[in-house]
Amino acid sequence: MATRRSAPLLKHLLTRSKPGFGSTVPASQRWVTYMHRPGDGSPRAVTLIPGDGIGPLVTGAVEQVMEAMHAPVYFEKFDVHGTMKAVPAEVLDSIRKNKVCLKGGLVTPMGGGVSSLNVQLRKELDLYASLVNCFNLPGLPTRHDNVDIVVIRENTEGEYSGLEHEVVPGVVESLKVITKFCSERIAKYAFEYAYLNNRKKVTAVHKANIMKLADGLFLESCREVAKKYPGIKYNEIIVDNCCMQLVSKPEQFDVMVTPNLYGNLVANTAAGIAGGTGVMPGGNVGAEHAVFEQGASAGNVGSDKILEEKIANPVALLLSSAMMLRHLQFPAFADRLETAVEGVILEGKYRTKDLGGTSTTQEVVDAVVAALD
Amino acid sequence: MASHLLRRTLGSRYLANSLRGFSSASTPIRATLFPGDGIGPEIAESVKQIFLAAEVPIEWEEHYVGTEIDPRTQSFLTWESLESVRRNKVGLKGPMATPIGKGHRSLNLALRKELNLYANVRPCYSLPGYKTRYDDVDLITIRENTEGEYSGLEHQVVRGVVESLKIITRQASLRVAEYAFHYAKAHGRERVSAIHKANIMQKTDGLFLKCCREVAEKYPEITYEEVVIDNCCMMLVKNPALFDVLVMPNLYGDIISDLCAGLIGGLGLTPSCNIGGGGIALAEAVHGSAPDIAGKNLANPTALLLSGVTMLRHLDLHDKADRIQNAILNTIAEGKYRTADLGGKSKTSEFTQAIIDHL
Repeated sequence: MATRRSAPLLKHLLTRSKPGFGSTVPASQRWVTYMHRPGDGSPRAVTLIPGDGIGPLVTGAVEQVMEAMHAPVYFEKFDVHGTMKAVPAEVLDSIRKNKVCLKGGLVTPMGGGVSSLNVQLRKELDLYASLVNCFNLPGLPTRHDNVDIVVIRENTEGEYSGLEHEVVPGVVESLKVITKFCSERIAKYAFEYAYLNNRKKVTAVHKANIMKLADGLFLESCREVAKKYPGIKYNEIIVDNCCMQLVSKPEQFDVMVTPNLYGNLVANTAAGIAGGTGVMPGGNVGAEHAVFEQGASAGNVGSDKILEEKIANPVALLLSSAMMLRHLQFPAFADRLETAVEGVILEGKYRTKDLGGTSTTQEVVDAVVAALD
Repeated sequence: MASHLLRRTLGSRYLANSLRGFSSASTPIRATLFPGDGIGPEIAESVKQIFLAAEVPIEWEEHYVGTEIDPRTQSFLTWESLESVRRNKVGLKGPMATPIGKGHRSLNLALRKELNLYANVRPCYSLPGYKTRYDDVDLITIRENTEGEYSGLEHQVVRGVVESLKIITRQASLRVAEYAFHYAKAHGRERVSAIHKANIMQKTDGLFLKCCREVAEKYPEITYEEVVIDNCCMMLVKNPALFDVLVMPNLYGDIISDLCAGLIGGLGLTPSCNIGGGGIALAEAVHGSAPDIAGKNLANPTALLLSGVTMLRHLDLHDKADRIQNAILNTIAEGKYRTADLGGKSKTSEFTQAIIDHL
């Protein structure tokens, strides 16, 4: 199975090699010449936010597997709950220092007053691209085959600007903001991702027949960037037609670039057809930071029942942490983890309820650890 | 899935807004018919033949899209056509291609604004015999059709920054929620789900949800639930049997209703009905006018036929509606006569005849 590479566009710290030479021991007494194994390096710190609901359960799973692999990452855990007013400053500082974060879902209380912490985190750290990789896992039966879609969604503006007000009692307005700057940024990210990962086609999803100026601006930016990548096919599709095609012929899609709200719907639909949100990896990427979490946003806090019975699916977060390892430039560990997880799914003995099995989270984790070579 | 086909309403009428008294089976009901463009006239003909054979007491008034812009409506639809729909209160519309150009409104927009069509109802159920990946779909999507994200209010703030307004009003949300619950009760559905994104768009979708909750209190026998749209999308593609009636604001409704159409086989098979103020119901086929197969007797009339059936149900002619619907489903299930888009080789006329034979 071809390794999946999340394109690290960020200029992050290279792992520094251990000092193996130039020690003060005289040459006559050195016995062993130290050589690295590929993928080794000094351990990297990663901020870990367990989150709410099933978050702690699945991040616990990742911690266990990382330890079993002796992966050169260590986690700095922070307690953040969706009911807090804002993300604590110490968490943001930690992420800014470490550049990489792994997080579980944060619940967003409905009914107004508190804005979503997930969205806040993305805006503070300017994580402008959300990436979800939806693909068929071998051995997992789904209604659709041949699915291999990457949804790249603009993450900061659009309908999620949070600018709402009541004009008069009973009439509410919400502003959807689209800027050229953000649209260009996300289009560039999408095409660069496609180019670096040998993808053939980028599809822009829009509703410009109705929202002519807003989505029109988004499309204009995509078209301009498309001209600079003549080797990659570019086409556009209206969002309602897109959803219809996703459920009937998903094999026609490759990389999809979308504004904020449509991206949410398309990513969750694509995740649903490819196996469910419990298995799709994803992350939020900015110019300087990356936060990895379960790909599709639906179900990332789980329900009380899942929490009680401890049957949350850790596969999504495990695959996201494999993406994270690749991003940190530890490809050997990433490959080992992915192979182990895919092997467990293929075997089919240990699957959680959302995949049609009866195992608990811990059983799946144990199976993955056992499958690590 | 067949169970809902047999449910009857016993004497329920739409709300007090409806001014007409429904006629008995003897006096014909007048209905406006817009055959439309492209394959429109052929499939409209098919509908007329089948309704005649089923002895449906409907008298059709046909109207065509004009060739010049009518200044009274600012579109190619004439004032007479719109008056006809207002008078008759029911209509059936085929696919219309909006001519490209400026200075006029699109046909659908003109219809919607002039007739105040505020709810779009799409019953989606798997057609037995036409196999898609989903076999157990049986849901209705009800979409608010006038406001929301499609208000068309956009402007450029400065170069490179565009704002688009999404408007939600209490009045429109209450109206569509009332219709959704009324529909659920009238057709024996048990659950209404409101689809929203109120965790992010707290005030706008929050207002929509508040209105839905208010209406839900008046219908204690119907279960009411709220589902976030990303959960909804995921659940729809994994297990569509979880849903019954869905009520949503404009944009989500657009996307979800097309998604559900995709689940059952595409827009060529999906009926749709627009409900307007004063009890107006305009059923329509939502597919395109397919100019490439126009006039060749190859078109599939199923969408327009099922829309006609939806119209009959709105008129409370449930026995006729069931007869025609069963005939259509049996013909498709049998598989002997299917048009090209369903994988068969029959012509429109043969398909129509097969349905008449099944009546």
